[in-house]
Amino acid sequence: MEQFHGIPVSPGVAIGPAVVLDDQGYSIPRCHVALADVAAEHDRLVAAVAAVARTLETNRESTSRRLGDSTGSIFAAQLQMLHDPRLTAELQRKITGSQHTADYAVSQVMHSYASALRRLNNPLLAERAQDVLDIEKQLLQQLGAVTHRPLDSLVEPSVAFSHNLTPSETAGLDRTKVIGFATETGGPGGHTAIVAKGLELPAVVGIGPFLDRVVVGTRVIVDGDRGIVILDPDQATLDEYERGLLRRRELLARLDQLADLPSQTADGVAIELSANIEFPHEVAACLSRGADGIGLYRTEFLYLSREDEPTEQDHYEAYSEVVRAMQGRPVIIRTLDLGADKMGHRPLAEYEHNPCLGLRSIRLSLKNQDLFRPQLRAVLRAAIHGDVRLMFPMITTLGELRQARMLVNVVAEDLEEEGVGCRTDIPIGMMVEVPSAVLMLDRFIREVDFLSVGTNDLVQYTLAVDRSNEYVADLYQSSDPAVLRLILRAVEIADAHHVPLSVCGEMSSNPARALLLIGLGVRRLSVPPQALTKVKKAIRSVTIGQCREIAERVMTFEAAGEVDMYLMDRLSDLAPELIPT
Amino acid sequence: MNSRPLQRTVVVRNPQGLHLRPADLLVKQASRYDAEVMLGREGQMADCKSILSILTLGASQGTELHLTAEGADAAEAIASIAELFDHGFYELEGAESE
Repeated sequence: MEQFHGIPVSPGVAIGPAVVLDDQGYSIPRCHVALADVAAEHDRLVAAVAAVARTLETNRESTSRRLGDSTGSIFAAQLQMLHDPRLTAELQRKITGSQHTADYAVSQVMHSYASALRRLNNPLLAERAQDVLDIEKQLLQQLGAVTHRPLDSLVEPSVAFSHNLTPSETAGLDRTKVIGFATETGGPGGHTAIVAKGLELPAVVGIGPFLDRVVVGTRVIVDGDRGIVILDPDQATLDEYERGLLRRRELLARLDQLADLPSQTADGVAIELSANIEFPHEVAACLSRGADGIGLYRTEFLYLSREDEPTEQDHYEAYSEVVRAMQGRPVIIRTLDLGADKMGHRPLAEYEHNPCLGLRSIRLSLKNQDLFRPQLRAVLRAAIHGDVRLMFPMITTLGELRQARMLVNVVAEDLEEEGVGCRTDIPIGMMVEVPSAVLMLDRFIREVDFLSVGTNDLVQYTLAVDRSNEYVADLYQSSDPAVLRLILRAVEIADAHHVPLSVCGEMSSNPARALLLIGLGVRRLSVPPQALTKVKKAIRSVTIGQCREIAERVMTFEAAGEVDMYLMDRLSDLAPELIPT
Repeated sequence: MNSRPLQRTVVVRNPQGLHLRPADLLVKQASRYDAEVMLGREGQMADCKSILSILTLGASQGTELHLTAEGADAAEAIASIAELFDHGFYELEGAESE
């Protein structure tokens, strides 16, 4: 039994056999060869290197001819890496000395060079890591190691381990085959975490190096509540987790009985409880758990889960499916909220030194109106099927909000002229997720129909923490008093102007923090579908007075740790059933 | 026959540091000699005949490196490689006209 700690990003526990994926979705098992076969294995490597060298040479010639010598020289550099004497010596040592297979030796050695380059903190050199991995992939293809995709051959549902999983790779995981996952990199609040929650897959990220300890096929546990991964658990641990799974199922069954009861405090104050979704298929879970609406419909999956750019029709179909299924309940559609670095379909920005502060989200949409217009048209068209509201992410200046609203008007006029069915009077709101939006909220509020506080980004931009950077991820705390003060200010301004405000970040899905938000005056929460009943349970267990007391006390604290400890303490008094055991 | 390694300190002068192109020049130059030529930086040693090992030094502009050469033609090797550094791998002109 071996145990590793990481960051829990998607709750729940998964128990099953391990499968290891690497960045490309293939796995190179750690295999050894018999001493007698070492020479043959080395010959296999030499042949593969020669074959890849021939390909690179051909690529270099044809690329130089078409695009000039400077582009062709990329392959010249790859050739030089392939023939690097140190590399050759290391590969040989792994095969003849440690009796590794050529496949495993290649994957180990190339990965260690790639990660050494990435660690350098020099963007120019970090990109060379891609060249190294490219060579690795070609060698592995020559060795016949990567035609095999491990997920395709799984016979029973398994737990996936990987160095890294991108949001699109996570979205592509087949839920009938993968019951949970854990990765070496990543932090809380990244898109991978959001997608994992959407799929209700227990997940732990940011564990650090552990994949070399995994024996494929052995039983493992991913504890997405506590951020623990256990390899080859002993019987006592296994029993404990299985009992926990059973208790969890019983609690969920009890909580599900709350689905049809109103979301209100014990003294009858209604708290609108909506759901955040990423995929249309999540609507079913929202409805069965009694969501009042969709408080946040993220549209990034349309861009992340396909090779080509989504068309207006693709948008329209995805939105219509959700709007129809919600049968008149409000659906807030948020426009594209991605960075230029995630937009694979077209090069939108040259290398950005700091993508979090770069061309992303509404900035990207406003600069690429041919990308933005189809999305806006689709939202207005889908609005005829129900109660659709439009929301812009990452609004930082009034100019951006005005420009975006103007574009909606232009698109609406176009649609009317074309005689296309649409609604042009839908409510328009903005995310409050940049400190500048809070500071200027008294101005913004005159020009929007509703507000939604996105705590994930608000935390990131207030505390200057990149939430996916494992080195500083511990500084990312949504209970930080600075964040709470910004939220309180936003609530006060929204109340004074009678503009509805909801909180849709991850903060609201934590029952204890949800009570704090209610105490701060928030009356609308939007949470992932699987948190709906849990948060409703918390709401129904307290009075508004109790929530206000919590908020008053919390606002005297100076650190996130104090806040969270106090909140857990209060929750265990008010709704003990919700305390994870 | 010189059995003791020759040593020199060199400075990375070209603005973009030891990236792919200078590393490529360095490897080609070092490979002309039999001598073992190494570049050292804060305890990390890189073999000048290995492009991967040079790249992983991550030496940016202004970095001081410790150059050593050992072998029959060490003197020629160290002189010609130091010259590459002194000329900023012939990348300085473009930067200065900026």
